[in-house]
Amino acid sequence: MFAELLQYMLSGLTIGAIYALAGLGFSIIYNASHVINFAQGEFIMIGGMASATLTASGVPLPLAILIGCGGAMLVGVLVAKFAVERARNASTVTLIIITIGASIFLRGVAELVWGKDFKRLDAFSGETPIQLMGASMQPQSLWVVGCAAVLIVAIGLFFNRTLTGKAMLATSHNRLAAQLVGIDVKRVVLASFALSAALGAIGGAVVAPITFSYTEMGIMLGLKGFTAAVLGGLGHGPGAVAGGLIVGVAEALGAGYLSSAYKDAVAFVIILAVLLFMPNGLFGKRGTERV
Amino acid sequence: MQNILHGRLTGLLAMGAIIAVLPAFLPNNFYLDVAILAGFNAVVCVGLNLLIGYAGQISLGHAGFFGIGAYASGVLAGTYGWPPVLALLAGAVFVGLLAFVVAKPILRLKGHYLAMATLGIGIIVSIVLRTESGLTGGPDGMTVEPFRIFGVELYGERVWYWVVGALLFAVVWLSLNLIDSPMGRALRAVHGSEVAAEVVGVDTARFKVLVFVLSAVFASVAGSLFAHYAGLITPAKADFFKSIELVTMVVFGGMASTFGAVVGAVVLTLLPQLLTMFQDYQQIVLGAILMATMVFMPKGLLPTLAALIPARRRA
Repeated sequence: MFAELLQYMLSGLTIGAIYALAGLGFSIIYNASHVINFAQGEFIMIGGMASATLTASGVPLPLAILIGCGGAMLVGVLVAKFAVERARNASTVTLIIITIGASIFLRGVAELVWGKDFKRLDAFSGETPIQLMGASMQPQSLWVVGCAAVLIVAIGLFFNRTLTGKAMLATSHNRLAAQLVGIDVKRVVLASFALSAALGAIGGAVVAPITFSYTEMGIMLGLKGFTAAVLGGLGHGPGAVAGGLIVGVAEALGAGYLSSAYKDAVAFVIILAVLLFMPNGLFGKRGTERV
Repeated sequence: MQNILHGRLTGLLAMGAIIAVLPAFLPNNFYLDVAILAGFNAVVCVGLNLLIGYAGQISLGHAGFFGIGAYASGVLAGTYGWPPVLALLAGAVFVGLLAFVVAKPILRLKGHYLAMATLGIGIIVSIVLRTESGLTGGPDGMTVEPFRIFGVELYGERVWYWVVGALLFAVVWLSLNLIDSPMGRALRAVHGSEVAAEVVGVDTARFKVLVFVLSAVFASVAGSLFAHYAGLITPAKADFFKSIELVTMVVFGGMASTFGAVVGAVVLTLLPQLLTMFQDYQQIVLGAILMATMVFMPKGLLPTLAALIPARRRA
C-alpha cells in the first residue's frame, strides 16, 4: 500500500523534474520577451537526440551532452534573433504561431538528420534498481532529479547574485526602464533563449535513458512544461518548478490509481480546475490593465 | 456606410462566383477533394476568425469541437442509427452547450492563460476520443455512414462540392452581417480594449461567450459533414495539431478579415499537397513558410496585399 504510493511518487517526481525544467524555460523566455515559446519541447528533443546518437558513435557521454546543449543554445539564439526579435510588436497569436513554426521546422530538420526511429541511450550508472522502503527506483531517476535540482538552484543564484541575471530580471519588470538604465534588452532576450535551451537540452539528455529519444519526444514534454509554467503563474520561476512537480506527481498518481490511458489528460484537467478559481495560476500576480 | 455595404456585397459575390466556376477548372476528383477539404477548413476558420480576429480571444482547442461534431455524427448516425440530420443537430447542440458552459469561466482568462485553457480542453477531448475505443473505435477511428436527407444519399465529390460551397457561402454571409451589426462593433471594442468597452457600456462577457459558442457550433457542423463526406474519422482530426492548423490558417490569411480566413484556409490546405514534392523536406519548408509569413506579414496575407492597393481605388 505505502510502497505502491511511494513508487508512484518517485516516478512522478522524476518526470515532474523534467516538466519543472521545461516550465522554468517557458518562464525565463516569457519574462524576457513576453513570448510563449512553443519550441521549448524541441530543445529537450535536441538534447536527448544529440546525446543518444553521439554516444552511439563513440563520443564520451559528458562531451555528447555538452555538444547537445551547445547546439540547442545556438538554435535558441537563432530562433530569437531571426524570428522572435523581428516580430517584436506583433500580437500574441502571431508570436505563438512563429514559435510553432519554429518547432515544426526543428522537428523537420531533426528527422532529416537523425531519422524517425527511437534512439536508445544507456543509463548513466547502470540499471540495477535501488530498493527504498519497498519501492524500487532506477538509478537514472536520481540523475534526473539531481541534475534538475542543481540546475534550478544554479538558475536561482544566477538571477539573484549575478549582474547579468539581475539585468534580465529588471528587463522582465520593465523593458523600457531597463533600456534607459543601459541594459541591452535585445541581448537579454537572446540570453533568455540560450538559457532556456540549455535547461531543456540537459533535461532531454538525462531523461533520454528513461523515455528513449525520438524526434517527437518534445511535443508532449513541451506542452506539459507550458502547463507547469501556467500552473505556477506565468513568469514566476519557483512557481513553474512547483507546477512541474505537481503535474508530474498528479500524473503518476492518476496513472496508478485511476487509468493509465488518461495519464496525459491529468495535467490538463488540473490546469483547467486551477484556472477556474485562480485565473493567474497558483502564485501569479493579479495584474491591472491600463486603458 | 455605402462603401462598407458595397464592399461587403462585392466580396461575397466574388467568392460566390469563384465557387460557382471553380469545378469547371478542376480536371478530376482529386482536385475536387482538395477543394472540398479547403471548404470545410474555411467554414471552421470563418467562425474561429470571429473569435480570434474580432473578439481578440485565442482558442487552441477548436479541433476538439470539430471532433465532437464528427464523432457525434459517426456514433449517433452509425452505431445508433439516427437520421444524419438529427445526429448533426445533436452534435451542434451538445457542442454549443459545452462551449457555453466552459465559456464563462474560461473567457475571464487573458492572453496566454486563455490559450492554455482552450488547449487543455482540446487535448482532453482528443484523449477521450482516442481512449473510449468501445464507442469511437480508438486511435484507428471509425467508419461513418453516408449522409442521407429525405431519402437521398449525398454521394460523390461533385455533390459534396456544392454542399460545402453552399455552406461556406452561408457562413461567410452570416459572419459579414454579424461584423457590421451592433454586435460586431461591440466585438471590435472588446478587441481594442476590454476595459474601455466595459466602461462605455458594452456587455463584454456576453458578447465573448456568444462568439465563442457560435464559432464552436460552426466547427461542430463542419465536423459532422466532414465525417459523412470522408466516411472515416480518426482522433487526429480533433488533436492539438489540428487546432494549431486552424489557428494558423486564420492568422496566416489575416486576422479580422473574413475573406482572409477563407484565403488562409485554402492556401494552407493546398500547401501540404504542393509540398509533397519536397518529400523529406516537407516539414522544414512548412515551418519556414509559417515563420517567414508571420515575421514579414504579421497582419496576415490578405490585409497585407490589400494595403498594397492604393487607397483611392478601394474607396
